[in-house]
Amino acid sequence: MDLTFTPEEEAFRQEVRDFFKENLPDDIRDAVKNGGELTKSIMERYHAILNKKGWLAVTWPEEYGGPGWGPVERHIFDEESCRAYAPRIVPFGLSMLGPVLQKFGTKEQKDYYLPRILNGDDWWCQGYSEPGAGSDLASLKTRAVKDGDEWVINGQKTWTTLGQHADWIFCLVRTDPDVKQQEGISFILVDMKTPGVEVRPIKLIEGGHEVNEVFFTDVRVPLKNLVGEENKGWTIAKYLLTHERTGIAGVGFSMLELEEVKELAKKVMRNGKPLAEDPLFAARVAQAEIDLEAMKITNLRMLFTAQKQGAPGPETSILKIKGTVINQELKDLKRRALGPNAAPFPGSLKGSNLDVAPAGHANDAARYFNNRKTSIFGGSNEIQRNILTKTMLGL
Amino acid sequence: MNFDLTEDRQMLQDSLRRYLGDKYPVEHRNKVAYAEPFHDPSKWDELVELGALYALAGEDAGGMGGTGFDISVVFEELGRTLCPEPVLGALMASRILSAAGADQEALLSGATKYAVGLGELDAPYDLSQMTTEAKGGKLSGRKSIVYGGQAADGFLIAAKDGGSVSVYSVKAEDASVTGYGMMDGGGAAEVVLEDAPAELVLKDADAAIQDAINAGIVALCSEAVGAMEVLHKMTVEYLGQRKQFGRPIGTFQVLQHRAVDMLTEIVQARSIVIKAASELGGADASRYCSMAKNLIGRAGRQVAEEAIQMHGGIAMTWEYPGSHYAKRIIMIDAQLGDTDYHLMQVAAA
Ligand SMILES: Cc1cc2nc3c(=O)[nH]c(=O)nc-3n(C[C@H](O)[C@H](O)[C@H](O)COP(=O)(O)OP(=O)(O)OC[C@H]3O[C@@H](n4cnc5c(N)ncnc54)[C@H](O)[C@@H]3O)c2cc1C
Repeated sequence: MDLTFTPEEEAFRQEVRDFFKENLPDDIRDAVKNGGELTKSIMERYHAILNKKGWLAVTWPEEYGGPGWGPVERHIFDEESCRAYAPRIVPFGLSMLGPVLQKFGTKEQKDYYLPRILNGDDWWCQGYSEPGAGSDLASLKTRAVKDGDEWVINGQKTWTTLGQHADWIFCLVRTDPDVKQQEGISFILVDMKTPGVEVRPIKLIEGGHEVNEVFFTDVRVPLKNLVGEENKGWTIAKYLLTHERTGIAGVGFSMLELEEVKELAKKVMRNGKPLAEDPLFAARVAQAEIDLEAMKITNLRMLFTAQKQGAPGPETSILKIKGTVINQELKDLKRRALGPNAAPFPGSLKGSNLDVAPAGHANDAARYFNNRKTSIFGGSNEIQRNILTKTMLGL
Repeated sequence: MNFDLTEDRQMLQDSLRRYLGDKYPVEHRNKVAYAEPFHDPSKWDELVELGALYALAGEDAGGMGGTGFDISVVFEELGRTLCPEPVLGALMASRILSAAGADQEALLSGATKYAVGLGELDAPYDLSQMTTEAKGGKLSGRKSIVYGGQAADGFLIAAKDGGSVSVYSVKAEDASVTGYGMMDGGGAAEVVLEDAPAELVLKDADAAIQDAINAGIVALCSEAVGAMEVLHKMTVEYLGQRKQFGRPIGTFQVLQHRAVDMLTEIVQARSIVIKAASELGGADASRYCSMAKNLIGRAGRQVAEEAIQMHGGIAMTWEYPGSHYAKRIIMIDAQLGDTDYHLMQVAAA
């Protein structure tokens, strides 16, 4: 048992830290710090900065232009990027479609799409969920029918994150309705500019626009946009879901958040003293810190296993459940720390010189509400428990 | 022992429920609650006509109610429809005016909308730390997150006054009032006072202020109970309708049990609010109000978070009414002292 990083790993950490110090623009860091909207142009600039360094496609092997990192390096990169207030890399092209194409794509698909993802030529979004197919993804109904050398797609996707910015969407579609649900699904790439594709915004609980509905009406795409074999899309979907997910526990973000809660509690006053000196609040923060400290090690243990076995096991569901709960607790603590000063609608006091929340905290209540999504998406925490029940308990 | 509403209160409840159900559907509510002036002035007038304000004051003050139970009936109905009308300010102002023996016809008739300025930026809950001061009949200081302040014609402001605390009345035009909307709908204001002309309402006002806070807590807790019951019902209905894996998600036992846990918390919440309402105005009111606010804070978080989680993505949307219920229930915790603040009040008493 040895909990220390190797000297090489420590040197790598320093290199990443220095990189962010020197290369992350102030305005991007501030946007992340303040929890405001990360616009497309911010994300494009950030991706370009990483790409120049060769660090954008963190999960890709070197042959496709990735850094060829193992899980420990990726973990260090995650931690340091959070620490630097760098944005979270938009995952759809880079950590979802990229690995899928590398494993299941034709040479032509790899040669065409992968460099475009790296260069930011194409923005991707994920078309899995449908109004009737959430947790039960395999029940999806969006239909693709072959017609000559084209697929004709009809149906609807929903919850499409950042679909409003996307050039392309990768979709799970039903190509055979007459077989067992999982055996009639295919994975198809659709250019969002194709006639018949319509994107409608969904406003979220806190008022932000990050998800959309996407409608398909007689959308025609070339047959070659199929990835992998026809009717084998479920295998791809599962590959993507169980594909190595460093960062699923969000440890880096929670570490940062814990520091922010502590800083905030020093600035906010209760009963004539900083809130940090309030024993009840201090105890709540300590409780979260204890859970996070354990989660850091749990995360590393699972990384270590993944590195040894070559793939993560089903126990990563534990990372998803506990990681999201810890992060949600920290966001709740911020909201509580602010008390009524968390309550104004985000932006409503802008420019008035009457801010009620300390700098960078005006969106904390909004972030608390928005963050409830993390225990719902990516396989809800209930679904993760079902997976653990089967795989770990054998029940 | 009798836990039924009196006939009068039952009538009040019925008429408010009918009116708010008809005239304040959630689509309308969301339209007015998130845009200036963050309430609907015409609905304010109609609510007053229904007796919503007269129910808040005792007969000697010109009202027709004024007990904890009267307050509870009104606010539970407001909570059921997330009504953003600034009734809380009227209630708390009325308590103070009653203590001062001042005329409150303008308040009870709805002609003058009052907001009460107690909390400050660095003293959101604990008024012993406030810095707003009265000198020569003029006020200086800043009152923060004054609920209903964006729509108020007049303010009652707590201020240090020599060695004690007084309440002064300040006209909206004599203060610098910056109104804004809230995360959970409705509005508030920053009220900045710079030698603002003010009229003394009550000297040595600590007890009256505490009574206004207690009444406000009964109101907020009742509002939360109303909102929680509606959100719980919505959740149970959704569990029955939403199908995944070929069956209603309400057939999954893990969700059933959690919906039952929510119910248990709501039953407990209603009980503690009944207790607090029954003690309002009495010697132990503060202690029971603190108990209620603590329990509501805990129950509210559980009910709101579980409702969202058990709905799945749909409850993360602005369009789905449940999301607005969840926001209001959570944000109530930050009004007039939160879960932790009141826990310590109970522990210390
Ligand atoms: C902000 C946000 C962004 C998203 N982004 C994307 C995206 O970019 N692309 C995309 O394809 N999808 C996206 N999603 C969709 C997300 O993956 C789904 O919301 C998720 O799969 C849950 O589906 P649902 O919302 O339909 O809830 P449902 O599946 O209807 O679930 C409702 C509730 O029932 C529970 N439940 C369901 N089945 C069971 C069971 N068998 N046992 C116990 N409990 C159960 C769930 O856990 C949940 O609590 C996003 C969602 C959100 C909220």
